Amino acid sequence: MAKTPRTLFENIWDRHLVTAETSETPAVLYIDLHLIHEVTSPQAFDLLRQRGLPVRRPERTLATMDHSTPTLAASLAGGMPPGPAREQVATLQDNCREFGIELHDLESPQRGIVHVMGPELGATQPGSTIVCGDSHTSTHGAFGALAFGIGTTEVAHVLATQSLLQRRPATLAVNLSGRLGPGVSAKDLVLAIIREIGVSGGTGHVIEYRGEAIRSLSMEQRMTVCNMSIEAGARAGLIAPDDTTFEYLAGRPLSPSGVDWEHALERWRELPGDEDAVFDRSVDIDVSELEPMLTYGTNPAMAMPVTGKVPVPNGDAGLRRALDYMGLGAGEPLLGRPVDVVFIGSCTNGRLSDLRDAARVMAGRRVADGVRMLVVPGSQDVKRSAEAEGLHRVFTEAGAEWRESGCSMCIAMNGDSVAAGQYAVSTSNRNFEGRQGAGARTLLASPLTAAAAAVSGQISDPRQYLEDDGQ
Amino acid sequence: MKPMTEYRSRTVVLPNTDIDTDQIIPARFLTTTNSTGLGKHAFADWRYDADGRPREEFVLNQPASEGCGVLVAGDNFGCGSSREHAAWALRDFGVRAVISTRIADIFRSNALKNGIVPIESDDETHAWLMANPGVEVTVNIGRRELVLPGDRRYAFSIDDFARYCLLYGVDPLGYLLSQEAAINDYERQYHCVR
Ligand code: SF4
Repeated sequence: MAKTPRTLFENIWDRHLVTAETSETPAVLYIDLHLIHEVTSPQAFDLLRQRGLPVRRPERTLATMDHSTPTLAASLAGGMPPGPAREQVATLQDNCREFGIELHDLESPQRGIVHVMGPELGATQPGSTIVCGDSHTSTHGAFGALAFGIGTTEVAHVLATQSLLQRRPATLAVNLSGRLGPGVSAKDLVLAIIREIGVSGGTGHVIEYRGEAIRSLSMEQRMTVCNMSIEAGARAGLIAPDDTTFEYLAGRPLSPSGVDWEHALERWRELPGDEDAVFDRSVDIDVSELEPMLTYGTNPAMAMPVTGKVPVPNGDAGLRRALDYMGLGAGEPLLGRPVDVVFIGSCTNGRLSDLRDAARVMAGRRVADGVRMLVVPGSQDVKRSAEAEGLHRVFTEAGAEWRESGCSMCIAMNGDSVAAGQYAVSTSNRNFEGRQGAGARTLLASPLTAAAAAVSGQISDPRQYLEDDGQ
Repeated sequence: MKPMTEYRSRTVVLPNTDIDTDQIIPARFLTTTNSTGLGKHAFADWRYDADGRPREEFVLNQPASEGCGVLVAGDNFGCGSSREHAAWALRDFGVRAVISTRIADIFRSNALKNGIVPIESDDETHAWLMANPGVEVTVNIGRRELVLPGDRRYAFSIDDFARYCLLYGVDPLGYLLSQEAAINDYERQYHCVR
């Protein structure tokens, strides 16, 4: 009998079943790697203490501080100012010490946004299950790992049992043909995908991104795509591992080495699903005609080509409300609209290649008068690498602020925020009302498009700048 | 968690679609190490103006909404961030059931762990509830039924295990811990594979 074709998702899921699901009980799924940070973990450790439970596998748990930490070197060196954020950071420190968990604290040269740090360290590995009390855990799916966000009670479950109760999700194939044009990046691709699927189109599903357009992306670009899977409501995003994946992982601190590396490669090469595997649903997109994208509304599906016009709500109350919040008129173009703030950073676009992209546009130019530009590397490692290439000088000489790593203006918990009513072009992942500060108006874009807005002081097509420079 | 077999309350309607957890509780309130007392921050940017004064026109600030424990919301409630603070804030604010045509995955899971029943209804029931705010409804967990005025009944689906945990006040962590032998076996079989 012919073997039933299998998906990548099934290959990972089945291999992690401690107990299969029944109609009465969910599956018990083993978790290979648990990432934690200061914001969603304190209450989970409290639960452990209340119950007198240890952390089952501290060596499979890795901690960092990123969300509420300052990005100004002075506030880090001088110690965080007293207040709830400092308390949160101190609580993580205490918890990690008490339960024996490795922590990249404010002094660690490897500290970073949790979804930037994991891959950099080689902790993120193909075929593994990875969870974190953070919805953008989907990022790690770029390596062919089943990675998803969980709530704090579940953080406690994983700490205590290294397992989770899960119902098997459905599968959605996103087939991407063609190649991205010049000046069009992974961020534009994922915004186009979310616009196509909708903000809730992926609910209950694990997305697998497939096809030529995905294969040709670098690991950092693949992470950008998987990162935003949650913005389509998906449980997780997956990309089958290939030589690009293995090259990225080779020699990383936590990657297997020597003979273990050879064995790992053998296992990893078995992971991809069969060509004819059956998905519950599928969507096909040809990416060759895509343009740089920009959001105009208050969820990431409200996206359009940067050269386009804001849609007319007609009877759509949600869109009407979004345009009111954004202060944008139906049917108007966004090109030429003045901006106040530009933010380059986050777990979506805070990696070295993102900073290089921004620097391509910024080199030899200045941030326009009246615009504030913040460049926040995704990790201390990204920061050092960028400085080694001199990228920081491109930014500072242009008049931008060059910061220490962290989530910063993506979530505006640490004091880096956008004022009410201001327009921010941001390389982060959420344009929700108030996400970058109460009343802030966020337009999501790629690092190229954000940099073009910074130097022109208005929404601009980055391809113009690349062409002018003969790039 | 206390057992929850049936819950009766009036509804309050938030018609917006795609209400994300950043609206349910804005990020600036997440610098807490507790899970209690967050109800005062629920929908903070919709409830209060920049100076912290209640916006009287906002439905949750109106006297008629007082004591309403069933939140009826537009499609795709609870999308976005995984913060369980959203469930903690709603629970503390007095919400015990949420009805929408679609409820985001992580929020659903967080809600259930905090005694909030997530109910996905069909379009017709939902449209009726949206058009009739303030009606008294009963959420019957044992029968998986939402009972509307005039004894109209809507059968909702709820995961068997989640229903069992609600009905008997069972903590899912206890169940997971009872799987220890199987977890040990699993680790022995596949040791040190990350
Ligand atoms: S950068 Fe933004 S999206 Fe990413 S982990 Fe931090 S807050 Fe979350």
